[in-house]
Amino acid sequence: MLEVQKLSMRFGGLLAVDQVSLDVQEREIVSIIGPNGAGKTTVFNCMSGFYKPTGGKILFEGREVQGKPDYKISRMGMVRTFQHVRLFTQMTVVENLLVAQHRHLNTNMISGLLGTPNYRQREQKALDRAAYWLERVGLLELANRDAGNLAYGQQRRLEIARCMVTEPKLLMLDEPAAGLNPAETKELNQLIISLKEDYNVSVVLIEHDMSLVMDISDRINVINQGKPLASGTPEEIRRNDDVIKAYLGEA
Amino acid sequence: MAANNLRHALFCAIVTLIISFPILGLNLEAKGINITLTGAKTSTYVAIVLAAVVVFVFQIFRDSFMGVLGKLPNLNPLAGREPMEQSKRVKLESWILTGIVIFALFWPFLVSRGSVDLATLVLIYIMLALGLNVVVGLAGLLDLGYVAFYAVGAYTFALLSQYTGISFWMALPIGALLAGLTGMILGFPVLRLRGDYLAIVTLGFGEIIRILLNNWTTLTGGPNGIGGIPDPTLFGMEFGRRVKEEGNTSFHETFGIAYASEHKIIFLYLIALVLAVITALIIRRFMRMPVGRAWEALREDEIAARSLGLSRTAVKLSAFTIGAFFAGFAGTVFASKQGFISPESFVFLESAIILAIVVLGGMGSQLGVILAAIAVTILPELAREFSEYRMLIFGAAMVLMMVWRPQGLLPMRRIHIKLNRQE
Repeated sequence: MLEVQKLSMRFGGLLAVDQVSLDVQEREIVSIIGPNGAGKTTVFNCMSGFYKPTGGKILFEGREVQGKPDYKISRMGMVRTFQHVRLFTQMTVVENLLVAQHRHLNTNMISGLLGTPNYRQREQKALDRAAYWLERVGLLELANRDAGNLAYGQQRRLEIARCMVTEPKLLMLDEPAAGLNPAETKELNQLIISLKEDYNVSVVLIEHDMSLVMDISDRINVINQGKPLASGTPEEIRRNDDVIKAYLGEA
Repeated sequence: MAANNLRHALFCAIVTLIISFPILGLNLEAKGINITLTGAKTSTYVAIVLAAVVVFVFQIFRDSFMGVLGKLPNLNPLAGREPMEQSKRVKLESWILTGIVIFALFWPFLVSRGSVDLATLVLIYIMLALGLNVVVGLAGLLDLGYVAFYAVGAYTFALLSQYTGISFWMALPIGALLAGLTGMILGFPVLRLRGDYLAIVTLGFGEIIRILLNNWTTLTGGPNGIGGIPDPTLFGMEFGRRVKEEGNTSFHETFGIAYASEHKIIFLYLIALVLAVITALIIRRFMRMPVGRAWEALREDEIAARSLGLSRTAVKLSAFTIGAFFAGFAGTVFASKQGFISPESFVFLESAIILAIVVLGGMGSQLGVILAAIAVTILPELAREFSEYRMLIFGAAMVLMMVWRPQGLLPMRRIHIKLNRQE
């Protein structure tokens, strides 16, 4: 489904990502791990179109997407969250979910002004989908609160819900468990598994919480200092000497 | 603590002296061709010193003074009450607003000609401020050259009427569309800019338009402006004493009433009122539509908006275009009201005042912006005697507002959306 081939990203003299490859199949959870500064988020930024990679290819469903503008990649069905939650803080929770469903603004400008039945139907559908996902992540009661007033864990869940209302095929989560307490992490764990099982979404995950990664990943890619270090199932990674060295230092 | 307080108070008093002495205490007088500097009356000096003393005392006792102010009973008798139920309040608000609009329809027949004229100006500013509110308040794009689009609308009508003899009703959509087009054209180069950079570029753009109008004398008449802009007609009926155009009839003859110059002014006021109401309704509609939410999303977090598939180009350009469109609307009405326009009317100060209206009213809040437009336009008229100190009062009011209500007169309220639980 997603294939990243020898991706490189150079910022001036700094080679932040060097020949990283990974692939994601349908209904699969693939994690990218590595020490801080290893270039995980840079890989994400290249995949989601925020950066134009300086080398390599990214194929999504057989089509090259590297260098395409971010909003087009998102419309193809690759949607991401951010390491630091990026909500529309002064808008309400439900408005956050509505915005995500408004990709084609111009086509319905006139019908919206006139309030045609077709337009209303679409608005209602968007509302229903928003309500569905709010219920799913347990935020329905807070639908009309400002998103900025939610607790941190709720903001994290809202961000995932906001991605899901766009009906993505591939979800990219950048450290979704950062700042969550153990109970919330557990909930998140279940949510991500259910996204895969019940909604047929593939997930690419960057995470530092090893228990989460080991629990839910089908495969793991390890990056160190921009270079691919290892890849395999959680069991293989756990036993890989290079990975242990990278994380714990040379003995 | 006390010493600190004293030092601060002394500093404030000295600043007061430094500022007020040259402004009030020194006068320039023309004697022949020379200018001499003379002192003011003794009473003025006494007043300056007294002012400094007042500032000093206030600053020393500021904490206790402000503390007492805070303990005063709340002036708003409704403050302690439970907020009304959402649906009920919306209904009540819409009734009150409808009532105000209906009252505004009949109001001009009761008051003097000057008041109606002023009210027309207020309505023009309401249109402008509502339009700028889209760009600044909703989309978060700081536009300091908004008056350029106002000028485009006004000059479109003036030029077209001069060269092709077009009527007000034809010019209204053309002026608005051209202004909208200008907005879009300006939008392209500034797509990547935000904040300060955007402000500078739009400021420059506003000046370019004004200077262009000023210097392209062959077309626009330069600083002499364009006169003889026709008044609007009502189904081909003119409001002048004598019919200017072949085939038209005059209003007072058709209805068999005596000619009165008020008719025209009231008619213009009613046009402005209807247009302002239309503007408010359309923009209100936009705010509840996908495009309106997209504007706000872009203001809140551009990166997140893009990651969700919103095209920055489409969102920003639509905000610029729609904002400019309504400025063009206002410009056409303004040209028709004045009958004469020159680049003088479209200076940067106008942009600043419109922006001030939006900020005072509360970014994004339509009702707040309308209230602020009324206040900002009418207050200087009421305070005509203090005309010398108008900008001073204006500035002081702005500072006070920013201290007490930084979010504006009526901050924007989120729309409550009812959701049905999905199974």
